[in-house]
Amino acid sequence: MKLEFSPEDEQFRAEVASWLEQNLTGEFEPIRYRGGPGDEHMFQEERKAWEQRMAEGGWTGIGWPKEYGGRALSIEQQVIFNEEYARAGGPGRVGHIGEGLAGPTIIAFGSDQQKQKYLPGILSGKELWCQGYSEPGAGSDLANVKTKARFDEEKQQWLINGQKVWTSLAHESDYCFVIARTDPDSVGHKGLGFFLIKMDQPGIEVRPITQITGTSEFNEVFFDDALCDADDIVGVPGDGWKVAMGLLGFERGVSTLGQQMQFQNELNEIIRIAKGNGASNDPAIRQRIAQAHMELKMMRYNSMRMLSGQASDGSLQREGLIYKLFWATWHRNLGELAMDVLGPESQILESGPYQLSRLQAMYLFVRSDTIYGGTNQIQRNIIAERGLGMPKEKR
Amino acid sequence: MEFAFTDEQLMIKDTAESYLSEVSTSAAIRQAMETELGYDRQQWQSVCSDLYWQAIHTPEQYGGMALGYVELVAMQEQMGRFLFCSPFFSTVCLALNSLLLAATEEQKQHYIPLLLQGKTATLAFVGSNAACFGGQWDDEAIEIVAVKNTEGFRLSGEARYVIDAASSDYLIVAAKAHRAVNLFIVPADYDGIEVEWLPTMDQTRKQGNLTFHDVQVSSSALLGGEADAQQTLTVILNLATIALAAEQMGGAQGIMDMAVEYSKERVQFGRAIAGFQAIKHKAADMMTRVEVARSGVYYAACIAEQALQAAQQGQAIDTLALQEAASICKAYCSDAYFKNTAEAMQIHGGVGFTWEYDVHLHFKRAKASEHYLGNASYHRERLAQLLLEGEAPL
Repeated sequence: MKLEFSPEDEQFRAEVASWLEQNLTGEFEPIRYRGGPGDEHMFQEERKAWEQRMAEGGWTGIGWPKEYGGRALSIEQQVIFNEEYARAGGPGRVGHIGEGLAGPTIIAFGSDQQKQKYLPGILSGKELWCQGYSEPGAGSDLANVKTKARFDEEKQQWLINGQKVWTSLAHESDYCFVIARTDPDSVGHKGLGFFLIKMDQPGIEVRPITQITGTSEFNEVFFDDALCDADDIVGVPGDGWKVAMGLLGFERGVSTLGQQMQFQNELNEIIRIAKGNGASNDPAIRQRIAQAHMELKMMRYNSMRMLSGQASDGSLQREGLIYKLFWATWHRNLGELAMDVLGPESQILESGPYQLSRLQAMYLFVRSDTIYGGTNQIQRNIIAERGLGMPKEKR
Repeated sequence: MEFAFTDEQLMIKDTAESYLSEVSTSAAIRQAMETELGYDRQQWQSVCSDLYWQAIHTPEQYGGMALGYVELVAMQEQMGRFLFCSPFFSTVCLALNSLLLAATEEQKQHYIPLLLQGKTATLAFVGSNAACFGGQWDDEAIEIVAVKNTEGFRLSGEARYVIDAASSDYLIVAAKAHRAVNLFIVPADYDGIEVEWLPTMDQTRKQGNLTFHDVQVSSSALLGGEADAQQTLTVILNLATIALAAEQMGGAQGIMDMAVEYSKERVQFGRAIAGFQAIKHKAADMMTRVEVARSGVYYAACIAEQALQAAQQGQAIDTLALQEAASICKAYCSDAYFKNTAEAMQIHGGVGFTWEYDVHLHFKRAKASEHYLGNASYHRERLAQLLLEGEAPL
């Protein structure tokens, strides 16, 4: 059991750091540390240009197989890349849904034609993707999607009708991957299809959702006879759930250490403020700062355990199962700590009408951490059922 | 990345697990806890002669197995999980660590083989002062005074909360000397040492009070030299703290397993209570605490191993990293173990409140371990000092 990376991996770390130092500068200086959670609506154009710079440097699709244009880097090196990226203040990746979700899904389940059509655009950073899973009636109960896909024999195309919600970056995206019901009489996870849909068409309308932050990263997407080519269903009708869930099994948490680096930046800022305004003399605040530090450190080693895990089938092990619940709860607590360290000053905005500081935006945005991607309650069900073998909920 | 057990480490863990699940049964724990000794002497002798656990991290030159702190922590985890009643913690985690870090070569050659043969020992350091402000575990709380004289040193004063005080063959004693902390080793039956066995709420680990009535020892009893051993004592305590946290983590796992198993059997409203989300969510929180604790404990074990390696090679120990790791895992595991036992009692309902069920054994051990070597608040404050007043940012 060791805590360190190998010398070869440390060499790779230096390579990443040096590339970032040389490239994340000049025109890209203003977007450093920007575009993360709570700030995703900012600097979209610049961040798209940055995505293309990354592609030129060979830093997109680093975990993809070589035959699809990826670099097939080891888990360790992917982790290191993410860590260095966060350390350098790399902006929120506008391409992450394509690179991390759409691409791997197409690689695992897509046809050759789909691979040729979509993968190059993702790798080059030129085509952005969004995810059409949640619906007003399908949140925690994701299998309850009502959006319908009907194959029109005359047009030889799929017609999509329904509504998706919480779709981040929808207004910036070229494509959306959507789960929709191909069998109108089906219920639950049966009878679904997985579709790759072009966003720029008359049948699709995107409406931003104004969040408690006053900003809009999330959208509603309305499909009104939206068209999808016959070739753009992944797998066959009825495979949708399998395809949509397929990726979860491969998730090994390569991005977690990068995410934690951002958490560390936030905690450092809170500590700096506490030292400055004297909150660091308050015994209760001292305890909470120590608790935050301690749990962040343990989170890091939990991720390292996750990444060192021996299960080769890719199934989430115990330390992986608890990760979402743990980090989301930690981050939500950090938001509260930030405000309590700032005291009454936490209530004064940077400017009107509603310009929040970084920590204020963080405090508000983190309330969503324990909701999206499986609420804390759903996470607890999953942990109890898969981790402890307790009886399953009715589904 | 290799932050996982090696095959050999896995084997050690498996061996401990299967042995302890067999011998540390409810009946065995209850039999041991009702004695003043607190463990089965014959069984401990057979652990020492057949399994050689007491030698796990002792270097080869003193007859040890020369494995590392990760292996020791893996054993501690299993002992905590099965609530094994034994002098392992006092003898190995307190006393052997003290000898390895503080003793002269000659003392190591003399004393370590005795402990490896099955003699027991413990570390006595704080007095009743340790209870001030809810728990203070640094050298400020040492109440034994050492005065140098022509024949060596004269020790007087009291030490309290001494683990296995009444059953140890040797005592390692921290005393305040002139502008220094010094460590001594004496046989427990030495003239002038009054050993008082203390009845404790947690009966699975015994504590005692030691009174030194002007005890005259020769200078060969002084561990190491007269130089201030305060830093060395801090390292010893941090190492012991990490071992204790491992035991707490194992305990948190053990009690969770017990509660989950019970919830699957207990039927109310026509179904196993394990099917209710109110129970499932408690269990999920228990598992989250156990897994986070496990990640933290093994990180700390690696840091402890680095510290021991450095000490053995005569290099400087990264004391800040060790202090941080010890406080992180002790603070987290103290909370995790106690919360898990409290939740387990709630999940068990009425039967969890009975003497007959084993829930209270963990519930009591959890509070005892929480308050030994500093509770969660104490360790969080230590971390706060490193973070908010420290020179080097963590």
